Amino acid sequence: MALEAKARPRARLSGGDLFLRLLVAAAAVGVAALLVALGVELAYNSQLSLATYGFGFLTGTVWDPVHLVFGALPFIFGTLVTSALALLIGIPISLGVAIFLSEKAKERRALASSLGSLVELLAAVPSVIYGLWGLFVLAPFMKTYVETPLHAYLGFLPLFSTTPIGTDFLTAGVILAIMIIPTATAVSRDILNAVPNSQREAMYSLGATDWEVTRKAVLPYARSGIFGATILGLGRAVGETMAVTMVIGNAPVISASLLSEGYTLTSLIVNQFNETTSPLYASAMVEIGLVLFGLALIINLFARALIWRMTRGTKFRV
Amino acid sequence: MKSMARQTTVGTKERRRLTNTAMNVLVYVAVGLALVPLILIVADVITLGFPALSVPFLTGLPQGYLLGGIANAIQGSAVMVALGAAIAVPVGVGAGIYFSEWPESRISFLSSFTNDVLAEFPTITLGIFVYIIIVAPTRTFSAFAGAVALSIVMLPIVARTTEESLKIVPVSLREASLALGVPRWKTILRIVIGTGKSGLATGILLAVARAAGETAPLILTALYSNYFITSLFQPAGSLPYLIYYDGGSGFLALQTAAWGAALVLVAFMLVLNLSVKFFIGRRFAGVRAEI
Repeated sequence: MALEAKARPRARLSGGDLFLRLLVAAAAVGVAALLVALGVELAYNSQLSLATYGFGFLTGTVWDPVHLVFGALPFIFGTLVTSALALLIGIPISLGVAIFLSEKAKERRALASSLGSLVELLAAVPSVIYGLWGLFVLAPFMKTYVETPLHAYLGFLPLFSTTPIGTDFLTAGVILAIMIIPTATAVSRDILNAVPNSQREAMYSLGATDWEVTRKAVLPYARSGIFGATILGLGRAVGETMAVTMVIGNAPVISASLLSEGYTLTSLIVNQFNETTSPLYASAMVEIGLVLFGLALIINLFARALIWRMTRGTKFRV
Repeated sequence: MKSMARQTTVGTKERRRLTNTAMNVLVYVAVGLALVPLILIVADVITLGFPALSVPFLTGLPQGYLLGGIANAIQGSAVMVALGAAIAVPVGVGAGIYFSEWPESRISFLSSFTNDVLAEFPTITLGIFVYIIIVAPTRTFSAFAGAVALSIVMLPIVARTTEESLKIVPVSLREASLALGVPRWKTILRIVIGTGKSGLATGILLAVARAAGETAPLILTALYSNYFITSLFQPAGSLPYLIYYDGGSGFLALQTAAWGAALVLVAFMLVLNLSVKFFIGRRFAGVRAEI
């Protein structure tokens, strides 16, 4: 705008300028229209299911395509449980790495930047490869070294009460945690880096230790941004499809045990979308997509708003 | 009284020092916990995928339950990613130019925000969308539908990186061009894009890398084929789908093929990412020289 103001005294509005502006504006509008069209198509094509089951679709616990009984609760439950596990495991680790990168490795710039680019590289590994690794390496490892001891010693808790099988909620949560760590780390690191140094210096001048500086001067300042990074990680975990599908066992079970097989919204779509045998079944599948759309939209809008508030006025963008 | 007070101070100091050490250790543990699985994944892909690699593996077609080739998947992936990029790049670059050159407009704000949301959106929902608008009307899963789905995956990445790389083009360059009487549209297309073009290339490469690994939307759009495609309107194989399907099958030969395909895919990503590093290096070098 500043540029335009400067140019205006001389420039007549030339046809070329107008043409380019309209052309690129159309592209920009197209991006926004895409998201709207996505929501509209999902809602339109799930009408049949919406009309048949109404609100009961979200609370029903039985998914029986043969008798056309469709309840989405086991899948919503699976999505929420695996995502919560992913955050519980992944966020503290990401925060630790971010603290290392922004507070400890600052003087060792080469180390911080090479570690940073390694993590970026790993973030580019496709989710299906995480799934393949999860299925063949992580699931057997979890079964033998984590779940069996947990079941043996803490089996009296409902949380670990079922027989360990390897492909279950816990393994899905762990693979999701591994997957969100690169992004959550990168975002948290940028947010910690944006904390002004005067915050730290003031604390150090009072004789605080490194940890006290981080705990009392850095983290509180970055709180809303880190919360935003967490919500962003939640969005990733909720929408993650392939890796989870390959390690969660794919059985619509609502169980208090983390060692039980489960099912998520995304893995249900992968497994059954192409198998529908009646219009109502197809419509129910689209409604599962609509539920996922709504969940993802709410989470993303919330995360964007938080991060936007935190990074407003700073140079970088997450 | 006095000595007691001192003792408390000493105790507190000791406690603070210990807390500090403990937290330091925890931070290092976090770094270890984060890195070990990530490095293991890459190491396992290399060691488990390497035995599958051979010339027939890369150039041949699948052979039932024996270890055949993955050329159908490579062809399908290449065609769909290339076509997807051909759709996404013009639109994404256009949107990026708008975000960067007219940042104050209301459209820019809304659309840029939408773009961020779209970039993080579950890609499986994009698969459903493309199924509804293309697969259902044409009554067939197709490479074309897969390409459209991948283009929606790429679009927000291209738009965002275009915006970022055009924003860092110095205002003085634009002003110099405008002062010489060059119209604004020409300034944008020649000077701004000319200076930011390596950034644009970076964005396109990142988008291609992301799209090449996308699986979920392809399952609902391109499905799979064990043969080469001869038309865009027939189901097409792809590397990620092959990894998913063969990996989940109970056959050892197919599982080996899945690991081999995973290695091919990771190697492709690595090459793209190293090219990106190369471009970024050049971009910053270029900008410094201009200033």
